[in-house]
Amino acid sequence: MFKHLKQLTSLFAMIAVLFAFTTEAMAKKSKTLKNTQKKGFVRCGVSQGLPGFSNADASGNWTGIDVDVCRAVAAAVLGDANKVKFTPLSAKERFTALTSGEIDVLARNTTWTLSRDADIGLTFVGVNFYDGQGFMVRKSSGITSVDQFKNGISACTNIGTTTELNMRDFFNSRGISYEPVAFEKADEVVAAYDAGRCDTYTTDKSGLAAQRTKMKNPDEHIVLPETISKEPLGPVVRQGDAVWEDIVRWSLNTMIEAEEYGITSSNADSMKTSDNPQIKRLVGAEGEMGAAFGLDNEWNLRIIKQVGNYGESYKRNIADTGILPDRGPNQLWTKGGILYVPPAR
Amino acid sequence: MNNKIKRILPQLLTILFVVFVFGFFTINAQVNMDNRGIDFGFGFLSQEASFDMQFTLLDYDGQDSYLWAYVVALLNTLLVSFLGIIFCTILGVVIGVARLSQNFLIKNSAAWYVEFFRNIPLLLQIFFWYYAALRALPLPENAQPWFGVTYMTIKGYYIPSMIWENLNVFMSCLIAAIVAIIFIRVYARKIQEREGKQLPVLYISLALITILPLLSFLIGGVTLDFEMPVLKQLAQTSFIFEGGIALPPELIALVLALSLYTSTFVAECVRAGIQGISKGQKEAAASVGLTPNQILKLVIMPQALRIIIPPTTNQYLNLTKNSSLAAAIAYPDLVLVFAGTALMQTGKAIEIVGITMLTYLSISLAIAALMNWYNKRIEIKEK
Repeated sequence: MFKHLKQLTSLFAMIAVLFAFTTEAMAKKSKTLKNTQKKGFVRCGVSQGLPGFSNADASGNWTGIDVDVCRAVAAAVLGDANKVKFTPLSAKERFTALTSGEIDVLARNTTWTLSRDADIGLTFVGVNFYDGQGFMVRKSSGITSVDQFKNGISACTNIGTTTELNMRDFFNSRGISYEPVAFEKADEVVAAYDAGRCDTYTTDKSGLAAQRTKMKNPDEHIVLPETISKEPLGPVVRQGDAVWEDIVRWSLNTMIEAEEYGITSSNADSMKTSDNPQIKRLVGAEGEMGAAFGLDNEWNLRIIKQVGNYGESYKRNIADTGILPDRGPNQLWTKGGILYVPPAR
Repeated sequence: MNNKIKRILPQLLTILFVVFVFGFFTINAQVNMDNRGIDFGFGFLSQEASFDMQFTLLDYDGQDSYLWAYVVALLNTLLVSFLGIIFCTILGVVIGVARLSQNFLIKNSAAWYVEFFRNIPLLLQIFFWYYAALRALPLPENAQPWFGVTYMTIKGYYIPSMIWENLNVFMSCLIAAIVAIIFIRVYARKIQEREGKQLPVLYISLALITILPLLSFLIGGVTLDFEMPVLKQLAQTSFIFEGGIALPPELIALVLALSLYTSTFVAECVRAGIQGISKGQKEAAASVGLTPNQILKLVIMPQALRIIIPPTTNQYLNLTKNSSLAAAIAYPDLVLVFAGTALMQTGKAIEIVGITMLTYLSISLAIAALMNWYNKRIEIKEK
């Protein structure tokens, strides 16, 4: 009898300890930074392969403008832009991976919408690519505008994206009946469209441009000029850790503002002696810009030196790879685009 | 006293442990969801789904609610499972019997079929049928008609649809025929038990089921027209068939892969069932003067079914659960639509995954209950 009692008490003790651990963990709200520094790498969710945004080469090196956001965060909080663990996620998995704590930053060409921001425990920290949804068709079809779409057209796309919803709005508002064929993985969509299963392939225009490079014969396909939606793509963090949210937001902002002030990875060090106080703040030579995050003063300098400014990142990943040589709206506000970030001061 | 405690305490501890584990996970999930501002609730089910589905059995439009999207997606899952179970049973019985054939060629091709299809992972087979086999099909504009009026293309299989007039009259005749057949079977059995006379039940049944519906055409005012699929040009090089019924290639690939794969297991169940009946049974039946057909129908099969049914039930359950692999090839089943798109659009991960799990559990239990009932019916009743 006493033997059993002993087992019972030890069981209770075990459960009590478990509860104690969880409540203690809940109490500290800004623990992501601490955990990241303890682990020594930033856990970053990316796409399963979208050239220009996040794509792994044969030896497993990730590149892309989304990848650069994670690298910037790693440079800021760990001092090394390479200390990132990338987790490729499907559109369907991405938010669950973030809310469940499997990753700490989601940089996966994700559209910022009200319901995503408000409903599902996420916070969007900014926009690193202004995009819009478009359509791709085979050149041989002779279609040059969405006005030529007819009843019965079949459209391939991804599930779990805003694309699926925009597509419906678009076809409904024009009174066109269509057949949606929705796959879980982008590669499957491309394969199905390429084989002739669908007449058109619809997703964000940057995605169309990037996926076109993966087709059997890219020259046989064109992206139609019309844009049917606004798709501001940006990095996302979990709700409930305001400090981490700020770190990711200002890592991205630093890259954009650095371009505005002409600071590049090669001239960043020499900018420390600039006459312009705003430039000096951006390279950690003036003010206490890192203290509020619990970081040192040169966190932004490291981002610019190791990852580069936004313009460098765009050129390296999107322009030079031939995906979208023209920056379009993703140009600085000073140069006719809409990239405008609050001042880092 | 001591014994009583010894008996009760372990059970009490187990219950306590289960309650604590569940409680722990529930509280943990609640605290985490509170921290991240996620609400728990099923209110989203009445919201507008606002996405479309490629293939539905009932009318569905993006304006309908998530609940309706769930129902429609569930029907798609049930359709695939139903078709899969029918085909795998037919194929399985044929292959299973063929494996016992005396003919060298039949026996060995059946064995080869079983070994081949059951040893390749199902997902791979689905990919094969969808990405390799169906991709080799022609585009609509190049399609040659099959059986004169149907077209197999990369965009789907197009068949004529039926346009009925006075369909209800036809259906009433069909039901009347079926009811009559049931009565005749019962009557024939009584006659046989009383007088030992056998009525030609099969011929009477066949006659009834053809003559009664035929009569409805002749005097019931029933007419049947066919709407043929017609090629339509969408753009210079893009065509589609309009009219008739379109079976999407995703459905075809999925049913094909599921039935071919599961039929191998059903075939093995059938073979085991027949081989499980001792030779003596057959010889005894022959010695009392039964014909080979009667031996199979009256002696072998009733006993073999008892061995075949329980493991076959497992295969039906497997097939139903495996149908969730549909998500890989864009067939809008429960997992792709509800646990995929709906989950993404609402972010209600716990609720939706919970509902989906409960749904599969219910389908499986329903199939199991049905098969258990059938198993009970064919059991040997000890007198």
